[in-house]
Amino acid sequence: MIEEARGETKLMHVLEFERPIADLERKIEELRSMSTASVDFSSEIKKLQQKAVKLQEEVFSGLSPHQQVQLSRHPSRPFTLDYVSLIFDDYMELHGDRAFRDDPAILGGMATFEGEEVLIIGHQKGRNTKDNVKRNFGMSRPEGYRKCIRLMEMAARFERPILCFVDTPGAYPGIGAEERGQAEAIAKSLEVMTRLKTPIISTVIGEGGSGGALAIGVADRILMLEYATYSVITPEGCASILWRDQGKAADAASQLKLRARDLHNLKICDEIIREPTGGAHRDPKATADSVRAALKSHLGDILKLTGTELIDQRYEKYRRIGAFREAAATSK
Amino acid sequence: MAWWSRKKGLPAEGKKSVPSGLWTKCEQCGESLFETDLEENLRVCTACGYHLRLPTPTRVALIVDEDSFVEHDAGMKSTDPLSFHIDTKKYKDSLKRAESKSGPADAYLSGSATIDGHACEVGFFVFEFMGGSMGSVVGEKITRQLERALERRVPALIFSASGGARMQEGVLSLMQMAKTSAARARLQEAGVPYISVLLDPTTGGVAASFAMLGDVIITEPNALIGFAGPRVIEQTIRQQLPEGFQRSEFLMEHGMIDMVVQRQDLKATLSRTIRWFAGRRAEA
Repeated sequence: MIEEARGETKLMHVLEFERPIADLERKIEELRSMSTASVDFSSEIKKLQQKAVKLQEEVFSGLSPHQQVQLSRHPSRPFTLDYVSLIFDDYMELHGDRAFRDDPAILGGMATFEGEEVLIIGHQKGRNTKDNVKRNFGMSRPEGYRKCIRLMEMAARFERPILCFVDTPGAYPGIGAEERGQAEAIAKSLEVMTRLKTPIISTVIGEGGSGGALAIGVADRILMLEYATYSVITPEGCASILWRDQGKAADAASQLKLRARDLHNLKICDEIIREPTGGAHRDPKATADSVRAALKSHLGDILKLTGTELIDQRYEKYRRIGAFREAAATSK
Repeated sequence: MAWWSRKKGLPAEGKKSVPSGLWTKCEQCGESLFETDLEENLRVCTACGYHLRLPTPTRVALIVDEDSFVEHDAGMKSTDPLSFHIDTKKYKDSLKRAESKSGPADAYLSGSATIDGHACEVGFFVFEFMGGSMGSVVGEKITRQLERALERRVPALIFSASGGARMQEGVLSLMQMAKTSAARARLQEAGVPYISVLLDPTTGGVAASFAMLGDVIITEPNALIGFAGPRVIEQTIRQQLPEGFQRSEFLMEHGMIDMVVQRQDLKATLSRTIRWFAGRRAEA
């Protein structure tokens, strides 16, 4: 797996703001390949490397919300299955909603986490076009959510913790999805998750796209990777509705307050998991280690609670979310 | 003032706002309808039966028993938590404009009322207010309504008409879906009935939470109901949508709702439904 992740580094997709860094790194590679026993470029390489690190720090400390949105969707970013193989043992995927079909855009399965038997639920994007056709870009249809509901209810019956990984542009908007009740499937998942008497942690690893993300996001703890986003609507969708111009996505992205730190400020996200400089895709292994540590610490806390305590505290967690003021009702 | 407890058929002050001789064109058959006749017919086209949208005050008057509605949480306002603005246009100002146009309730009006003598907790989306969008205020009002229904063990009824979550409150709006669904789940466990009425239109985050979670789900004819809006779907799949797609009758055919009920029969249908639930636990 790690080898595979490294292998991809070479073909890594480069975002606009990553380009200067990528250019420097290419120069370093070139120098390295030109080095022989007689010609030594090591001091130049070292200088360039320092420059690259500095540049990366500069670029990443000043990312705009819109750039972070792009980063959260980075095609080379680790996806659910990457974390599964880097963090869990004995993963075994389970399939199907027992009603219509299996939805590969979202997956569920048994796994062992630090000696604890758990259920994994997660959106799965594809790494290439062929995979993305199969995975539908991580956009689930109703049967996907219904599969998750089935598995999560099973996990609760057997008191297995549920670890969810959120990474989706949103639920799929298509004719079949509407015919089979996309709205109902999401709604039911929300309702069911509020009452499951087993610990639930939901980690946003990339894109937290609207209702399709929330459908596996009702949890005792909400964790977010540093460059993950969570939003009521995509910036593009918001721009086209409110600005009447899809080109205003950058404006929408900054207005929507969708970054991990925004959600932390809004007291929705419980912990931001730091990413390596340059983002999770630059070092999937290190990122996975941080995710593992965060999951371990939070799971340790909530495993101490009884089922009833869990659902009562979960209720209160969501009950508090919202911003409003109340004037005394004016007399009529 | 109790503008919602007007008598049936709408008294004079309802008609005052309508200049005599005003005609409305039916969105379906194109028939020009005399405004007075249209109101008399509960805004159902006299030619083809198409159900036009009903203003919220008229809706409330149609459903609850006269003078029975007592509003709750009336003074609740959005605080614009994200300081949201579209270029120079501030969300705060949009809220003020919406308030002056459609009243101070934000996009949700809730209260205790009776329906044919049955005590209920009722709530009505105000579609006129920013497309009935659900932000923190709407989510909180719905949650409190459901909690009151649980406390009093009386049926909860929600009349949805909403484009979905309110974008101007960002992820806080999204989270209202979870909050309201959690309150709905408590009702279900306690055996307190919840009836969801879906009106034109019910989409997005409202459809994908409490609205599709009724013990019984009732719609009026030709209401647009779905998760994604038709334009978004068309843009995604790049093909034209079939006739009647995402309308009440389509949802009925696909098993997503229990009944499509004519507006004139809606109150009697609700009353009958409540009666079925009432004997068992709510009055125990």
